[in-house]
Amino acid sequence: MSTGTPPLSNPPKPQAKALNCPQCGAAITLRALGHAETVVCESCHCILDAKDPNLQLLQKFEAITGEAPPLIPLGTRGKLRGTDYEVIGFQRRSIKVEGISYRWHEYVLFNPYKAIRYLTEYNGHWNDISICKELPVTEFASANYLGEVYKHFQSSDATTDYVLGEFPWQVRVGEHAAVAEYVKPPRVLSAEKTASEVTWSIGEYTYGADIWKSFNLPGSPPEAVGVYENQPSPVSENVKGIWAAFLAFAIFLLVLMAGFDLISNKGTAFESRYRLNAGEPKGEASFVTDVFNLEGRTSNVEVATSANVDNSWIYLNYALINQDTGQAWDFGREVSYYHGYDSDGSWTEGSQKNTVVIPSVPAGHYYLRIEPEVDPNHPAVGYSVQVKRDVPVLGFFGIAFLALLLPAIAITWRSINFERMRWAESDHPAIKIGNSEE
Amino acid sequence: MTQPVSNCPNCGAKIVFLWSSSVQTVCQYCKSILVRTDVDLKKVGQVADLPPDSSPIQLNTEGIYRNKAFVVIGRILYEYDQGGWNEWHITMNDGASAWLSDAQNEFAISFASNTTGLPTASQVKVGQQYSWNNQRYTLTVITPAHYRGVEGELPFQYWDKTDVTFADLRSETGKFATLDFSDEQPALYLGEFVEFDDLKLKNLRTFEGW
Repeated sequence: MSTGTPPLSNPPKPQAKALNCPQCGAAITLRALGHAETVVCESCHCILDAKDPNLQLLQKFEAITGEAPPLIPLGTRGKLRGTDYEVIGFQRRSIKVEGISYRWHEYVLFNPYKAIRYLTEYNGHWNDISICKELPVTEFASANYLGEVYKHFQSSDATTDYVLGEFPWQVRVGEHAAVAEYVKPPRVLSAEKTASEVTWSIGEYTYGADIWKSFNLPGSPPEAVGVYENQPSPVSENVKGIWAAFLAFAIFLLVLMAGFDLISNKGTAFESRYRLNAGEPKGEASFVTDVFNLEGRTSNVEVATSANVDNSWIYLNYALINQDTGQAWDFGREVSYYHGYDSDGSWTEGSQKNTVVIPSVPAGHYYLRIEPEVDPNHPAVGYSVQVKRDVPVLGFFGIAFLALLLPAIAITWRSINFERMRWAESDHPAIKIGNSEE
Repeated sequence: MTQPVSNCPNCGAKIVFLWSSSVQTVCQYCKSILVRTDVDLKKVGQVADLPPDSSPIQLNTEGIYRNKAFVVIGRILYEYDQGGWNEWHITMNDGASAWLSDAQNEFAISFASNTTGLPTASQVKVGQQYSWNNQRYTLTVITPAHYRGVEGELPFQYWDKTDVTFADLRSETGKFATLDFSDEQPALYLGEFVEFDDLKLKNLRTFEGW
């Protein structure tokens, strides 16, 4: 005789066992033999002791007519995270918040070698749930689990309203548990507290389509309604990215601006002051300046006009003329400055300075032809003209900046909106929303 | 390793000890509970048939824990009001004795600790924190259970118990502790939760259809 393997004290038994309900005689299938503590007779809604060969009655409950059947029928097998599971139990639970009842469904998943898993479904939103091995630590309004912070979402009193199939614990209709939920999308951490025990579980948001695929279910899953507590935001992942991109591009733009600022010579090519006196004949007002040099590459030219206008205006017809080629750039500038008091207080309008940038002016010898027009009521005006070569134009950078900023703001706004909708259902809504959300 | 061999004082069947330090075993044929004395085996009780059980572990299941091979040589089956669980007695290939507990396929491996100054059953409360071997544990559940049966070899006599109380503790890092109040002196077991797949178990029970 060898050292031998003792005969098994519990020889393997067929995994599914057919029995009859002791109350109504209907057929009952035990799928998780040995694991099941209770089993429910579907026809008479009796909760029976699955450990008792006679299926002793533990509780009889009333089922409402039109109770929704499980979306995944009991006995369905599917693969989740590489492991086969069979749906053995189903329960409907509910919480009441401000008089409104919120219902969700829980599916008990069984594999003879692995710990029980659960699927929960609320308004088309699914979660894949398992029991925590590591103990979370609760703080004021958060919970720390495996080094990650979960924000408190809701605390409520959950009631079991309806049960079907088998449960690995003693389930009863009408049972209460204090449930506290903490979220860090796509995960949700839940503490279920009964009189004797706190059970922590960790869930991950799962799309209905993936469940349908895993369990090879016909048709399509119910559409997810609204935003669920741990639903991953479709945009929040992009928010950080787009701001990082924005920051990188903004820095790039700033460097570019600094670079342009460095290489532009900003030298004053010409500057002069003029004075118009009252009573001077208007016909001779047009004159030309001295010739000045514009150097370097073809670049822009800034013409700045300052005038000591005071509740008056001056209009200057300019022509920038290339002495060598005769090419001319005509433009007019008005400098006007008004101020005063009215019933709203003091006001001002306009400014004593005006600048204009003329793009793409080649190097060469230039002069200005200036023809001033003045306010007939205030004909005595002093003004100065300054011509600068190659000034940095920051407007382009501003446009680029804005082009980047707008999508970043749009995505951030969408993300904030999604989070607001998420938290609106929690104990900590950003804005209190009344009963009518529409 | 020489395996001590004796005969069952009840039915005469050969009794083989897989672990030299076993104090108690169950005759696999007549289900007599046998306790080792200096000279022979003494029958102290009889195991009633164990109830149908769901554990995928069985006697002679082998596995690996922290790079050490182990084999399952015995078990104690407990029941409480929400179900049952198994404490499988395992021996590591270095001769150490440990426990592989299986509560609805939630597995933990623990070793007896010789820590003194343990709280008594009347002192423990859910939520209390204890520190042993520089590890902080939080007491999560107190389970009044009853002994349901034994199988195979155990490191101590365990056959006449009825009601026993356990306190389970967990840590933030997946460590696990049990205070066993079966005896006058509380006993402490320290260990951790383990993943089924990580144990690389062989000789598992098979389940039809799975």
